Amino acid sequence: MDVPLIQTKNLKKYFNNKTGSLHAVDGVNISINEGETLGVVGESGCGKSTLGRVVLRLLEPTDGEVLFAGESILSYNRKKMKDMRKQMQIIFQDPFASLNPRMTLSEIIAEPIKVCKVLTKKKDILERVFELMKTVGLAERFVNTYPHELDGGRRQRIGVARALALNPQFIVCDEPVSALDVSIQAQILNLMMDLQDSLGLTYMFISHDLSVVKHISAHIAVMYLGQCVEMAATDQLFENPSHPYTRALLDAIPIPSLKHRKEINVIQGEVTSPINPKPGCRFAPRCPQVSSDCLLPGLSLQEIEPDHFVACTLYQEQER
Amino acid sequence: MRQNLLEIKDLHVMYRTDDDQIYALNGVNLKVELGKTLGLVGETGAGKTTTALSIMRLLPDRVGFIQRGEIYLAGQNLLKLSEGEMRLLRGNEISMIFQDPMTSLNPIHTVGKQIAEVLELHNPELKKGMIEAKVDELMEMVGIPADRKGEYPHQFSGGMKQRIVIAMALACNPKLLLADEPTTALDVTIQAQVLKMMNKLKEKLKTSMILITHDLGVVAQICDAVAIMYAGEIIEMGTVEDIFNNQQHHPYTVALFGSIPDMTQKTDRLNPIAGLMPDPASLPPGCRFAERCPHCLEICRTTSPRVVSKQSHQIKCHLFTGAEGLRDQDQKTRI
Ligand SMILES: Nc1ncnc2c1ncn2[C@@H]1O[C@H](COP(=O)(O)OP(=O)(O)OP(=O)(O)O)[C@@H](O)[C@H]1O
Ligand SMILES: Nc1ncnc2c1ncn2[C@@H]1O[C@H](COP(=O)(O)OP(=O)(O)OP(=O)(O)O)[C@@H](O)[C@H]1O
Ligand SMILES: [Mg+2]
Ligand SMILES: [Mg+2]
Repeated sequence: MDVPLIQTKNLKKYFNNKTGSLHAVDGVNISINEGETLGVVGESGCGKSTLGRVVLRLLEPTDGEVLFAGESILSYNRKKMKDMRKQMQIIFQDPFASLNPRMTLSEIIAEPIKVCKVLTKKKDILERVFELMKTVGLAERFVNTYPHELDGGRRQRIGVARALALNPQFIVCDEPVSALDVSIQAQILNLMMDLQDSLGLTYMFISHDLSVVKHISAHIAVMYLGQCVEMAATDQLFENPSHPYTRALLDAIPIPSLKHRKEINVIQGEVTSPINPKPGCRFAPRCPQVSSDCLLPGLSLQEIEPDHFVACTLYQEQER
Repeated sequence: MRQNLLEIKDLHVMYRTDDDQIYALNGVNLKVELGKTLGLVGETGAGKTTTALSIMRLLPDRVGFIQRGEIYLAGQNLLKLSEGEMRLLRGNEISMIFQDPMTSLNPIHTVGKQIAEVLELHNPELKKGMIEAKVDELMEMVGIPADRKGEYPHQFSGGMKQRIVIAMALACNPKLLLADEPTTALDVTIQAQVLKMMNKLKEKLKTSMILITHDLGVVAQICDAVAIMYAGEIIEMGTVEDIFNNQQHHPYTVALFGSIPDMTQKTDRLNPIAGLMPDPASLPPGCRFAERCPHCLEICRTTSPRVVSKQSHQIKCHLFTGAEGLRDQDQKTRI
């Protein structure tokens, strides 16, 4: 079998907090095949951004492994990691906050090229900038504009162009379209899918919005409080959502029609704190199908059908 | 008679930059009834945030200018108030949830302290213990365990910061709440929780709201009225029933609904509205949507359409400016 391009093994990131240890990412195992997209969804604060940053080693993990094409990158020294970084880029949610307001569009896109000294001649750099602008659909006349002069959609195209500047293989997209309206969202998603086809890119696509992730991902991982609770091929996840949290997530999508206007359904129960969490399922206090088993330690992802994994006592077969 | 808490008349706002004059609002007319929620929707750059900032009188200094128009809050023209009078209204009568949560959060204070400050300011009679209990309650209501109140903004995720700002805005018990995309960074389960809180506030205190959003699903769930904005104008407005159930709409509204990804359908590509919004520095004469409109007539390129209305439903489009106007609501033919 082919080696996945990206793989994490029991990956953990804990933050030391005044009141204890905050388990932002707590034993996550994911893998992404080359040229595919893994969608990562989950509640706000469940650790999606932290996971993305740890995978890129922008944050050092507390424990676990990150493998790139089968090789552990955590043991890489600074120089080797710097080379590695060219292969792995990130696009952020807020194109405005992540772009330097005092730099023109061409300076922003050229920055990684200059920093990594991939090209040195001014003329070559500018040529590459124009090429990248064309790739992401930015007209040449914008080359000297500043980010605040552009709308959100164009700003996000700059973010995409900059991420592509070093010809990466893998891009973490951290909510790249969340700040955009549906129409511009659609434009950027189409662009990202086209780029994936033409350049063979591999994405980890973080979003809190299932309808966005659905369009772009081959597989989806659902996270809850630092852990992956369900992982499946996209179609399977939507056809047969199995973890009670995944179901709640699908049920809560507001539908743009008055037929569905009803009393807003809220998941009842107290939110578990990620600080020094107790063993057992972290969704248990809010789960409609909770039983005493849910408080036992040792819950793990089980394959309930080919390529569909769930971590929930409803599906645990082995003894705990 | 219905009472309007807020009424905006013919509002024109311009931004002056180094080399351009950007016409962000071009004659906005809007009203929000007492205790009702108005959804303000439209593409990026349409002027939604500018509208809210104008109500707050917080347009950027020396860059953004209100050129013309009136904004009435409970009968009082806000544009006639002094900065001092305005400061008393802000955070008291009117409170705003900004698009970027860091606009409202102080990075060097704990979030618990910041929520407590707002509560103290608005409830001087409350004792210290009561304030702390209320801080805990507000944090839990937006889904953040209260034991994290001693942490600083940078220790929270993007969506959590946004929730703290929402908790602070609701703690003010405002008469008018301007919420600028308050739930865009939130997943649907937390969003449901937040929307429910906002509904409670509406029921308890008759708070009126303008909810700026690009999520028509959210609009369908909690708004009473809807205004659709395009290039600095309201091009369609009505009750939620008018917008979601009526058959006649502005072509832009039709396109906007058409661009929503359908969760029940399998499609490879999404359908963005073709073309771009006109450059607000050089707006075309006539209808601003003409360039992208599948029903564009000759007159659309030269003359700005007047607003045609039928009861609560208003549309600014030449398709309806003829003698026939808008049909009765029960006729079910699509434009
Ligand atoms: N620098 C930090 N210091 C301490 N705690 C942190 C830090 N960064 C994140 N956290 C905590 O880690 C948890 C996960 O945060 P993360 O930003 O990864 O969430 P997220 O899933 O991306 O949420 P959102 O959808 O709101 O962006 C949260 O409880 C957050 O408060
Ligand atoms: N400070 C500013 N200087 C110059 N132009 C501005 C400024 N703020 C806004 N604009 C311009 O005014 C127009 C309206 O912007 P506004 O922020 O009100 O739109 P919006 O509807 O809130 O969009 P979004 O959905 O992206 O938040 C846009 O063309 C924008 O580029
Ligand atoms: Mg995040
Ligand atoms: Mg805005």
